[in-house]
Amino acid sequence: MTSIGLPVVAPIARARRRLDLAGRTFTALSGFASLLIVLMVAVIVGEIAWNGWATVSWEFLAGAPREGMTKGGIFPAIYGTVLLVVLMIVALIPFGVGAAVWLHLYARQDAWFTKAVRFAVHNLAGVPSIVFGLFGLGFFIQFVGRGMDRAMGLDVMWGQPALLWAALTLALLNLPVVIVTTEEALGTVAREQREASLALGATRWQTVRHVLLPQALPGMLTGAILAVARGAGEVAPILFTGAAYYLPFLPKAPTDQFMELGYHVFVLATQSPDVDATRPLLYGTVLVLLVLTFLLNLTAVLLRARLRARLLGKG
Amino acid sequence: MTVTPLTSRRNAARARLRAREGVIELLLRACAFGAVAGLVLIVLFVFKEAWPIVADPEVQKESSLRGYFATPLWQPVGAVPKYGLMPLLTGTLKVVLIALVFAVPLAVLAAVYSAEFAPARVRETLKPVIELLAGIPSVVMGFFALMVLASWLQALTGAAMRLNALTAGIALGLGILPTIFTVSEDALRSVPRSFREASLGLGATPWQTAWHVSLPAASAGVAAGCLLGLARAVGETMIVLMASGNAAIHSASPFDSVRTLAASIAAELAEVVVGSPHYATLFFLGALLFSVTFVINLVAGLFVGRLRKRLAGT
Repeated sequence: MTSIGLPVVAPIARARRRLDLAGRTFTALSGFASLLIVLMVAVIVGEIAWNGWATVSWEFLAGAPREGMTKGGIFPAIYGTVLLVVLMIVALIPFGVGAAVWLHLYARQDAWFTKAVRFAVHNLAGVPSIVFGLFGLGFFIQFVGRGMDRAMGLDVMWGQPALLWAALTLALLNLPVVIVTTEEALGTVAREQREASLALGATRWQTVRHVLLPQALPGMLTGAILAVARGAGEVAPILFTGAAYYLPFLPKAPTDQFMELGYHVFVLATQSPDVDATRPLLYGTVLVLLVLTFLLNLTAVLLRARLRARLLGKG
Repeated sequence: MTVTPLTSRRNAARARLRAREGVIELLLRACAFGAVAGLVLIVLFVFKEAWPIVADPEVQKESSLRGYFATPLWQPVGAVPKYGLMPLLTGTLKVVLIALVFAVPLAVLAAVYSAEFAPARVRETLKPVIELLAGIPSVVMGFFALMVLASWLQALTGAAMRLNALTAGIALGLGILPTIFTVSEDALRSVPRSFREASLGLGATPWQTAWHVSLPAASAGVAAGCLLGLARAVGETMIVLMASGNAAIHSASPFDSVRTLAASIAAELAEVVVGSPHYATLFFLGALLFSVTFVINLVAGLFVGRLRKRLAGT
């Protein structure tokens, strides 16, 4: 046994050692990559929090920029961001939820129109944000806005960058987010409940209103919050559709331009004549923007986790 | 047979209800149509504004398809404007390549770790951290690259220009990392448990199982993740606009400043006259970006379809 065993076992043991080494290296490397990502995120967030912390005060949040944006606060940018996002949501939610309800409950899944809608949703999500900016300028401002001005005999009222056009551009950008999350949420409502409602004689719309939508609410909220987080952070689509470098007054009408947090970061970081003077303001603004988007994303993640838990509990 | 007033009233109510249902269904269908209309309008209006490039002789005197490749320079605001696309194309390619080289190994390895090796508790930490990274607005990533990363990299490489392709590429890589990770990890985790159990049962080690079984089974999904990352990288604007230096230099060195297609649009469109050759050219760049990302996304969709078929077919 030993006479034939030894020469065979030795190479196997050697091969196994090699295997083990390769395996350990591979496993360690994958763990190391994960660790590296976590570290990089920690560095980015830490750097911003560390340098921005001292700037954020009540005066900073509630004050207006002063002395060529080297002093003062960012209230107009916060105000503009909130206004922009609220307008976007008002335009977006009915369309997004309506489309999702139709896709989930009304559409024949193999019809060409249904396929076209799904194809459009899927591809809309992949369009670069700067292209949305171009579209906003070409369609909303040049085509719709100018058209309205001509029709009403105005000089230039609608045909220029404005809060309304920026909000509509962002709404289109976020349409896929809302449709996909709402449809997912509708899918978590048990089929039996839907069928019970229909069997009791409720119409399709009554079923949607009183059974599906109330139960899918957390999921729809997730979609809306994700859209808000993305809307508050996207700068490229609003570059030419309404964001202003600096405004001495707050926007009052949908045709006004507005200041926005993300755009304000861009302006402070790249257009400032005195980089050292603006640095604290810049870090403060970035921190505010980051905290805002994180809180929104966190809320969405928690809501979604609850929704998934409910789904699993049923399954 | 006589109809009693009661049933006639009930019938009328039912007819009203049915009419209302019809109107509501129509409205909902219109909402769904909104998505299709949105995509069609984007194509229509971006291409429409770029159309003078091929159709208007006045515009073509200054910028035309042939001119884009005849001049090696991008100087749209000189006394004699030059619209050579080559520096922008090579610049975009350079930054995107650096981003992929940086992000793909990290994201795919981390996805393998998360799906195959990580204890549940570690995975529950890793995934939210990556979602956190995905939630960082691109303007914030651009800011970080501009203010912090650029200085560190310059100290490390001794590059003459602080803002260069390397800085922008790495920041861009950080931006697309969550996309690649999420799609790859989803694909790996959708590999049926029986595959792994069979492999482990035959005596393979966990890493052999990951390398020889799970990864090949999920390869279409990993490829889709990389493609989606690529599409995002090509179209990403703010990170590159802030971190790349924006000089249209035609070179292969990662330490030179670069100007990308998306950043050119963002930097120049605010100052151009509507309808001018420059304006049409920038919309042409937009149409190009749209077409490229559209095709990449289509291919990624095919890969996802193949993954589903492969995992369902066995």
